[in-house]
Amino acid sequence: MEQFIQQLVNGISLGSIYALIALGYTMVYGIVKLINFAHGDVFMVGAFIGFYSITFFHLGLFPALLISMTACAIFGVLIERIAYKPLRNATRIAALITAIGVSLFIEYGTIYIRGAQPEAYPSGIAPLKSIEIFGVKISGQSLLILAVSFFLMIVLQFIVHKTKIGKAMRAVSHDMDAAKLMGINVNNTISATFAIGSALAGAAGVIFGMYYTKIEPLMGIIPGLKAFVAAVLGGIGIIPGAMAGGLLLGVIEALVSAAGFSLWRDGVAFVVLILILIFRPAGLFGKNVREKV
Amino acid sequence: MKSGKHLKGFWLSIVLAVIFSVVVQFLISGGTLNPFYVNTLFSICINIILAVSLHLIIGITGQFSIGHAGFLAIGAYASAIMTMKLGLPFPAAILAAGIAAAAAGVIIGIPTLRLRGDYLAIATLGFGEIMRIVFLNIEYVGGASGMTVSHLTTWPWVITCVLITIIVIANFTNSTHGRACLSIRENEIAADAMGINTTYYKVMAFIIGAFFAGVAGALHAHNFYIIQPPNFGFLKSFDILIFVVIGGLGSMSGSVIAAILLTIISTFLSNYPEVRMIIYSLVLVVMMLFRPQGLLGTKEITAFLKMGKSAKGGSKDGGKHTVA
Repeated sequence: MEQFIQQLVNGISLGSIYALIALGYTMVYGIVKLINFAHGDVFMVGAFIGFYSITFFHLGLFPALLISMTACAIFGVLIERIAYKPLRNATRIAALITAIGVSLFIEYGTIYIRGAQPEAYPSGIAPLKSIEIFGVKISGQSLLILAVSFFLMIVLQFIVHKTKIGKAMRAVSHDMDAAKLMGINVNNTISATFAIGSALAGAAGVIFGMYYTKIEPLMGIIPGLKAFVAAVLGGIGIIPGAMAGGLLLGVIEALVSAAGFSLWRDGVAFVVLILILIFRPAGLFGKNVREKV
Repeated sequence: MKSGKHLKGFWLSIVLAVIFSVVVQFLISGGTLNPFYVNTLFSICINIILAVSLHLIIGITGQFSIGHAGFLAIGAYASAIMTMKLGLPFPAAILAAGIAAAAAGVIIGIPTLRLRGDYLAIATLGFGEIMRIVFLNIEYVGGASGMTVSHLTTWPWVITCVLITIIVIANFTNSTHGRACLSIRENEIAADAMGINTTYYKVMAFIIGAFFAGVAGALHAHNFYIIQPPNFGFLKSFDILIFVVIGGLGSMSGSVIAAILLTIISTFLSNYPEVRMIIYSLVLVVMMLFRPQGLLGTKEITAFLKMGKSAKGGSKDGGKHTVA
């Protein structure tokens, strides 16, 4: 039982990282209907920026987190403005292929600049003390991850529901043309969406590095894909869905590894994806929308 | 449908292809082509099979599948099991590879092809990753360390498979079934309304594509001495996708040309893998920004040769439309 709860906590920590990345996917998809394949690579860039600000500039965890989030937000907007904006009216397939191209470019550009060797995240930036709750040891790191990600999610909810830009984002995702007619600056709103999503991915990168200690230029691929699975699981385009989907996926993975199939862990996410797409393509939180011709 | 002129062109190209392959065979056995060139030639041919088979799924039927490396992996492992574990001859292994991949195509195609666009892309991507992880975890085929395979791929087998692939897929495209697939690409709902069994044709295209990807897998496995699960990751799927996209979604000759050019380029850049990928990705993005229909669009190369006369064939809107 103790083991089980331990695994559950691990799963929730991992799941909250997935949730942070999934939020970016889901927000972008909700507005421009584009699977931003480069999102996983923004996550990777965030991890590296965090790493360099901790090792070179000897910053603490929270300043590093903020720097990484800011840099990633700018990076995300740059990607959107350079690669995706000219394709706003192109076919979905063209946009998807562009996203794949941007993703490959970031990955191999990073390898070209700094080499493919992995980097070890410095330990000791996070509290290593573990806390006992009801006889279950929970590491300080897991708690920190949970605290940071839940804080960011609450901030996001606040931005989306209480601010003007959040209102604009909801309007654009509902109907882009109508929003434009109502005087909303659609381009700025889309850029803001990319900025917020990328900042969350940057934060996820830093916590991921802290949790797993190893970062490398291709690390974004698998978490990125899994986060997309999480977004689909919760219902793509729905913000609470991405959070729930991420947490659920993390827990499922942790339970699969706890059951002794840790090598199959990466496969489980995709099995979940195919099952959800077959049986409930709108996702757990989504409503079935009838297709119009 | 087929005029005598068409048929004449068909036989002419067959004869030319046979002459070409016999000449190459003499060059290889005479030792004029050194092993490096022979190997490049084999890679080009395998990539042509992959590109053409994916072209059928994406370019003709309009189903955006990015898990093609999964079928390649199934073919490679199935054929390797046939020759290395069961001691069967190479032709049987090629056939078994195709059948195994086609069977996987049925299993994965029937549920996922109900999905559209982005969802299908992600589901097929997931399928490719699942296949990689499955092979990584099966000890019988060597797990992570891979499986050693003896070198059985020879020029006659390679060129025969390429020719069969091209002929089958070209004829399929020009048949009733092919036109049904094209109508699904242009507008699935309209095709459905016109009485075309869209699921049936989508699965059919998927199975044929998977079959030839499996055949390519057999040739691949018996050409490179060793097969390992990481060789069939989704980067490999992207490689194949890039051939099809750059060649022009909907143009078979385009994907063949792209496969030839890109294989040659990547062979010369094989010492600088990062540069290769950076160039690839830039080409992909720039292509989508400035020429989203690819090199040839939906036209075939023959349409360009006939351009001087009257351009009757090909699409009437100048190949401006793209898939989906």
